[in-house]
Amino acid sequence: MRKAIAVLAMMAAAGPAAADWAEVLEEARGQTVYWYAWGGDARTNGFIEWVSDQTEAAYGVRVEQVKLTDTAEAVARVQAEIAAGQESGGAVDLIWINGPNFLAMKEAGLLHGPFTADLPNARYLDLSPEAPASIDFTVPVEGYESPWRLAKFVFAYDSARVAEPPATMAAFVDWAAANAGRMTHPTVSNFMGASFLKQALVELAPDPAVLGQPVTDAAYAAQTAPLWAWYDALRPNLWREGQAFPENESMQAQLLADGEVDIAMFFDPAAPAALIEQDILPESVRVFVPEAGSIGNISFVAIPRNAANRAGAMVVADFLISPEAQAHMQDVTVLGSYSVLDPARLSPDEAALFAALPSAPALPKLEDLGPTLPEPHASWMTRLTEDWAARTAP
Amino acid sequence: MISLRVLALLLIGAPVLAGAGMTLLTALGWQPAFGRTELSLAGFEQALAVPGLWTSLRLTLLTGIGASILSLALSIPIARWVVSRGRGAGWLAPWLAVPHAALAIGLAFLLAPSGWIARMLAPLAGWEVPPAFVTVGDPAGVALILGLMLKEVPFLVLVTLAAAAQQPVAAQMAAGRSLGYPPARVWVRGIWPVLYPSLRLPIFIVLAFSLSVVDVALVLGPGHPPTLAVLILRRFADPDPAQAVVASALAVGLLVVMGAAVLLWFLAERVIARFGSEVIAQGARGRPRGGLDVRVPMGLGAMLGLGAFGALALWSLARRWPFPSILPESWSLARWAEGAWLAPAAETLGLGAAAVALSLLLAVVWLETEDRSGTRAGLGAVIVLPLLLPQIGFLQGLTSGFIWLGLPPGRVAVLWALSLFVFPYVMIALAGPWRALDPAQIRSAASLGAGSGRRLWAVKLPILLRPLMVAAAVGFAVAAAQYLAVLLPGAGRVRVLATEAVALSSGADRRIAAVQALALAALPLVAYALALGLPAWLYRDRAGLRGGGHGA
Repeated sequence: MRKAIAVLAMMAAAGPAAADWAEVLEEARGQTVYWYAWGGDARTNGFIEWVSDQTEAAYGVRVEQVKLTDTAEAVARVQAEIAAGQESGGAVDLIWINGPNFLAMKEAGLLHGPFTADLPNARYLDLSPEAPASIDFTVPVEGYESPWRLAKFVFAYDSARVAEPPATMAAFVDWAAANAGRMTHPTVSNFMGASFLKQALVELAPDPAVLGQPVTDAAYAAQTAPLWAWYDALRPNLWREGQAFPENESMQAQLLADGEVDIAMFFDPAAPAALIEQDILPESVRVFVPEAGSIGNISFVAIPRNAANRAGAMVVADFLISPEAQAHMQDVTVLGSYSVLDPARLSPDEAALFAALPSAPALPKLEDLGPTLPEPHASWMTRLTEDWAARTAP
Repeated sequence: MISLRVLALLLIGAPVLAGAGMTLLTALGWQPAFGRTELSLAGFEQALAVPGLWTSLRLTLLTGIGASILSLALSIPIARWVVSRGRGAGWLAPWLAVPHAALAIGLAFLLAPSGWIARMLAPLAGWEVPPAFVTVGDPAGVALILGLMLKEVPFLVLVTLAAAAQQPVAAQMAAGRSLGYPPARVWVRGIWPVLYPSLRLPIFIVLAFSLSVVDVALVLGPGHPPTLAVLILRRFADPDPAQAVVASALAVGLLVVMGAAVLLWFLAERVIARFGSEVIAQGARGRPRGGLDVRVPMGLGAMLGLGAFGALALWSLARRWPFPSILPESWSLARWAEGAWLAPAAETLGLGAAAVALSLLLAVVWLETEDRSGTRAGLGAVIVLPLLLPQIGFLQGLTSGFIWLGLPPGRVAVLWALSLFVFPYVMIALAGPWRALDPAQIRSAASLGAGSGRRLWAVKLPILLRPLMVAAAVGFAVAAAQYLAVLLPGAGRVRVLATEAVALSSGADRRIAAVQALALAALPLVAYALALGLPAWLYRDRAGLRGGGHGA
């Protein structure tokens, strides 16, 4: 029955949209899409190469990954081009984007769209206004970016050295006091470091509901006071006495691999299993989340308004939300990132693709990950970042 | 002659000045695309309020000036040691060809608390986890200074040797010794001060480089706060366009710092010259002292260099290498076999070869025009300007300028930016041998009826093949080592070994970073081997041409 309705819905949705899509496919053939994506993870880079092979075979669209150390570089690039009056033929065709970078580009009118609903594979997505794929850090997506992978904050620890990891964010203070120098977090100017503070903020704020609203001076002062008290108690017992911080999550993973620290953090529950699979982390590494749950969001791709290969970029965005691509991505030997598709919208054959995926000891079960807490409004992150920089500046 | 100057000005000088001008305009808040055309000093006020700015400035001065002074101080006795032995300079050129970034990544693998040295000490010290020492990324920048010195000392030794080759050093040494001075004192008080004027430009190049280096500072320097150059790069990458204003203001600040450092240097020169000439005039002979044997720092440097590349080689072949194992637990060729390094290696090769070809062509045209007109245009400040200004001070402005000119970010923009740094070195390497050509040979060719074109093709260029090849190798090494000049004008699209290696060094996988860094170090060495091997092979039957010309 459900399938019949889906087919009917598809037929109803076809018509002019399908004709438009045929035009997009026609225009995209032969294009090379420059996908600006953080390049610090070899497996993500490998997945993007796989995407290129698939889209080239199916649609004649090649993908060239431009490996960034920070997504903000791509935003700055588009800004520089628009600033110089370059309204077409821009360098950036597709950006892996989230949160403040998306907010900045959307507000500055730098993005093409809305386009998500025009993608044929959008039929697998739950795009209702409250759905995770419709909200990026509390900012409504409104079709200006298309989802591709699920991100959820987790900690990883080396079970060979740590018997009992902290159960709550508050408990990190005592744990660090007992294990001085054995944990750290990435610098807060980096997305991952900011996420660590946000994870703590969500747990420690007197009224977490306020965090969903744009930040005000009064709300900021009231909601972050417990956070900074917590951080001031934690910081002296961090790695290098809280005077230096790794640049990003990968460098922290390297510190965990070397045994310089015992705890690392990721925005991908499968990342530790993936790093074990690659012989980077020891096999004793396991995942944990605070009892109350952890913040989560979806990673998106967006298309700048001056993109040189817009049609190709749309074809790639569409392929990324195909069941085939999502199942390949969820394979722990590939990426291990959880799918963004709505399981209820998959056909039995499509669902079977996911059921057949392998598992691993360090790969947490979905039910062990606890609830997904909403991200604070993006403006909170900006304030936290600035405040942290001022508080910790030597 | 005038047209040549104009050409050089357009190709080399104008982009640098325009880039610096663009940076200044942005610093004053001129961002027409965002509707901001009113000039103000707000950017500078915000720059002064950047958290950690003063610590960052102190760190920049300490590492930049510190590395320069220490390198110069060490280069003096080492140069004497090499001169006195009459040989031993052969390792200098290949070592200088190794890009900074590759060395820095290897050093980080060697010196980190979990690095190769700590692993060797671990069984003795009983470490099961890495010691809580602060080595790489130390807040005082010691690791950064060390990384810079490993490249700058050999550079300054090489230029000292080149300057010494123009002087009757052996006779001066003999005269000094016959007056009863110990050899070290003859060198420091009699010979080196005479060489110093030729060292001034290289010293300022070292100073500008040390004050504004980004790749080495990213890998070995502290991050909280980083040096000014890294701080500026981070703000240029911020999505908020207002941060570009702050970054530009800081970049202007760095240009001022560079200017002030040069002024300070001139001042110090005067003081030392006045004080020094009094000391020299007193004529105290002193005794030959034991002092510090130069072989100690040289040996230490060689061990660090070899250790760095040893660590890189092991990591590139490791499958698993946990602390505290001295050698990898298991091995794998997979990181090489995957071939992820091939595309950036090809890009490095292609861009480097193109920049070298362009620069050589321009240099030959320049020098030949001088010959034909019989006057010298002089090297001029224009040519070396790119080497004397902090790169971050003009490259971002240059990138905006390229976009204004309708030149999109990509290979062409990168090629132009690379040539800014390659051309000066090619010109410096080629001008000496070219001008030292025996004019009698050219006159003989002319008297045999060879026109100016034929004299160039059939006489000068074949005689100068070896210097031409050496200039090409020097130029290629310079091109391969460039990081910012690829990162900014390439908009991230152009991926060379230097940018890949530095990006991967902040990743989780040391093995792939090691592969890229080793490939980066190997390419210029191959270029050197070719540069030295090709003329020797082509002229294997013509002894007179094999050794022709000077080295670089």
